[in-house]
Amino acid sequence: MTEFLPVLAVFIPLLGGVLQFLMGPRAVPVWPMVVSGATTVCALALVGSVTNQGDIQHMLGGWEAPLGIPLRVDGLAAVMLLLNNVVGGLVSLYALGAHGRSGAVNSHFWALWLLLWGSLNALFVSGDLFNLYVALELVSLSAIPLVLVAGPRKTVAAALNYLHFALFGSLVYLAGVGLTYAVAGSLDLTLIAGPLAEGGPAGHMAAACLIVGVLIKAAIVPFHIWLPAAHGNAPAAVSAVLSALVVKSCMYLLLRLWTEPLAGITVDAAAQLLGIIGAAAIGYGSVQAFRQERLKLVVAYSTVAQLGYMLLFFPMAVATAWEGAVYHGVAHGVAKAALFLAAGNVLLYVGHDRLRELRGLDRPLALSVFAFALAGVSIMGLPPSGGFIAKWLLLSAALETGQWWWALVLIVGGFLAAAYIFRVLRYAFLNAPGPTIEIEGPVPPRLMSWTALLLGVLSIVLGFTTAPILGLLGGLPGAAP
Amino acid sequence: MSTLYQAMPLWVLLISLVTAVAVFIAGEKWQRLRTAFNLSGAVLKLVLVAIMLWGVDLGHTFVVHLPLLPGLNLVLQADALALLFMSLSAVLWLVTTVYAIAYLERAPDRARFFGFFSLCVTATMGIAMAGNLFTFFVFYELLTLATWPLVIHRGTDKVMVAGRTYLHYTLGGGAVFLLGIVLLYHLAGPTDFVAGGELLHLGEDHAGALTAIFVLLIIGVGVKAAIVPLHGWLPTAMVAPAPVSALLHAVAVVKAGAFGIVRVVHDVYGVELVQQLHLGTALAVVASITIIYGSLRAIWQTDLKRRLAFSTVSQVSYVALGVAMGSPLATIGGLVHLVHQGLMKITLFFCAGAYAETYGIHAIRELDGIGRRMPWTTAMFTLGAFGMIGVPPLAGFISKWYLGLGAVDAHQYWVIPVLLGSTVLNAIYFLPLLHRAWFRPLAITDKDRGEAHPGLLWPTVFTGLSAMGVGLLAAFAWSPLGWVELIVVREYGL
Repeated sequence: MTEFLPVLAVFIPLLGGVLQFLMGPRAVPVWPMVVSGATTVCALALVGSVTNQGDIQHMLGGWEAPLGIPLRVDGLAAVMLLLNNVVGGLVSLYALGAHGRSGAVNSHFWALWLLLWGSLNALFVSGDLFNLYVALELVSLSAIPLVLVAGPRKTVAAALNYLHFALFGSLVYLAGVGLTYAVAGSLDLTLIAGPLAEGGPAGHMAAACLIVGVLIKAAIVPFHIWLPAAHGNAPAAVSAVLSALVVKSCMYLLLRLWTEPLAGITVDAAAQLLGIIGAAAIGYGSVQAFRQERLKLVVAYSTVAQLGYMLLFFPMAVATAWEGAVYHGVAHGVAKAALFLAAGNVLLYVGHDRLRELRGLDRPLALSVFAFALAGVSIMGLPPSGGFIAKWLLLSAALETGQWWWALVLIVGGFLAAAYIFRVLRYAFLNAPGPTIEIEGPVPPRLMSWTALLLGVLSIVLGFTTAPILGLLGGLPGAAP
Repeated sequence: MSTLYQAMPLWVLLISLVTAVAVFIAGEKWQRLRTAFNLSGAVLKLVLVAIMLWGVDLGHTFVVHLPLLPGLNLVLQADALALLFMSLSAVLWLVTTVYAIAYLERAPDRARFFGFFSLCVTATMGIAMAGNLFTFFVFYELLTLATWPLVIHRGTDKVMVAGRTYLHYTLGGGAVFLLGIVLLYHLAGPTDFVAGGELLHLGEDHAGALTAIFVLLIIGVGVKAAIVPLHGWLPTAMVAPAPVSALLHAVAVVKAGAFGIVRVVHDVYGVELVQQLHLGTALAVVASITIIYGSLRAIWQTDLKRRLAFSTVSQVSYVALGVAMGSPLATIGGLVHLVHQGLMKITLFFCAGAYAETYGIHAIRELDGIGRRMPWTTAMFTLGAFGMIGVPPLAGFISKWYLGLGAVDAHQYWVIPVLLGSTVLNAIYFLPLLHRAWFRPLAITDKDRGEAHPGLLWPTVFTGLSAMGVGLLAAFAWSPLGWVELIVVREYGL
């Protein structure tokens, strides 16, 4: 049974999404909720069995490599599955409030979201380069139309821009896959490390293509320009998924590739370059977030910045940095979902999200403002929160490796994050004459407020659950225990 | 001892956390329920702290560990020093809650106020019971986050500017503190708070690094302790409502900083290492400068709360001064001032709040003749002010006496002029207030509303008389002085 869990975690939402397309609006909201529940249960059972019994391998259809399709769930994949399905489940609950009525647009939303969920799970359990490529494409192709659910006029340009970058990234990545196959004769992650390392220039070219392709898809500076518009204009549930999970899945891929198949050929200069890019992302994204006039754009630029922290793993490359980078991914995923859902509630109530006009929100929207504040604590890296633990680990790694300048980046990054988070909270608490909310919309349903708050609370709780999650993750691959 | 009893630190912490959550949930509408939560939480906490006091006196140990990473634990423990701070906070929390309920009787956003207020006390308790620097830092930053909504409670533009200043200082200090902790863990590994510290063996090889880390740590806690030049936030934060100024800015926040200095000097570095690195004298000099500078600035303030704020800047550094001299007697003076200053200053702030709430008095010149309208409040103000000046046998005198004895004991004779100078300056900025209040003709023209609301008056009378009582009854074993002597005996291993 256990070895089928990866299959179930992938195919339940994929088939569920396809069936949703076929059944149309009348299946909303019962069918999507059933599929969401089943997916979450299967995926969490999978994570549980990895916790208890260690890594899971499964050859799809019983064919052995190199012919078969290997599915593999190790510590890193299990942690990402945990993030993906907890956040995914909660976003589904939120969406029950936002997209729970039947209607063509809502039907499309659920179909695409379930497809996206399944593709993300597929990405995490894939064990070879080509499957990873297929899953990565499925993720992009279901994520981009989701942006359009907000309504055609607002988001067409953003979605098109997203599409261009995603396709370009895919092409580069696919070139890398092709080169790898030419060099190594296989695409199984466990079989290609050696041949790539001995492959000379072609091997290096393959590695470079794989990395750059993923960087483009992960919206790392300078390839970030599509992200703010897409994440900032999509409906709240979609923004949350895109920022918390989709870009995170690309970062997962980067960590996976770097530490396993490319471990033999990566050079220190490339690692340092990735670190510098990360630092640039932190600085640029945070400053931009501070300068935005719209709430959702603040949150979107914050994602550009926060992804940079995960890149700091590469120049340090010790076990502490590994744990810090992955934990940052988890903490940021939970916190960012909370921020976007809270912002969605604001948008629902006020009708717009122009910061200067959002005054005194703490009274009508207390739960959402509180959710925003709790998640903000994690984004700023202040204790007690998951973001703080990640920052602590990365700081320790910086000192451990003697690269103290990354410690400065982390500290300055924390200040910049505090600047943009408190700027939002300041407006929310402001009780002074000025532009006021003209037409008050509906107060968000309880379901939408409480899911946002629950994610906010989770991002604080992550400050205390370090031991089990890092135990599940395990050490840096390839390093001596 | 049962596990439940050993885990007392956790229950004490959870009491205020649960109170905070319950108050948030009760919300604006259910006022009576909220008040009931608030008061029962405060009383229950007081009972638990009393049980722990009794336990620690008998030599019981209270420790709770939560492993986060290999070698990194969240540790809550309650030694005698922790309980000094906890008792102070628990007593004053209850008193201030009563005061705040009366003070905010008709104000908006009370649920938010009391929720964050309870969260602040949670953080203060955590700071008191932290068993290592990591845990200390977690609650230290939580205190920053939980006080910000209280500072900006009124939500006006002016208040928001003050809130920004507050964040600049506290978050900046927090970052420096974090850097210091990470560096120390990197150098010495994770160490728990132990009397005398565990770093002495590194003293010779890593003198430079240890000095640098000490400076970072002291800057980190010095921001909240309002050590000059890191004091700028404190007078600005006086825009907060009076109960916040009273409990947080006279007691919890600044004391968290002062308490941090005690922990760093005594339980991380150890007095011996601090003296060996010549850091004790440096810290004493900085503390002395703060004492004199704060008093000088207080003289020229025309706003009552701002004058009291600069007085806090000055008085809190007595704690740092006592600890820095490295003599047991001076340490007694410093630690007991933690309690004494808290009682006296909260009385003064309560009075300031009562003046403002009853007759709208903010400026010092408006105090003229108020003693005739509000004799009880003004009597308590007088007690607090005399105590601050150090008139025997009030609380402030006991602190200064031991600080003076300690200075002689440690052969730091230059400290005595500092103490004398500070006393003279205290008299210069407090006596004119008393003269105005009692002897000048009445300045305000409002109709006579008599004394302050009983909910404002009784807490003030309680703290005022306590400030006198702890001085008069200092010789008893259960007085703050008696307890501090127990701490010092344990810390110095006498």
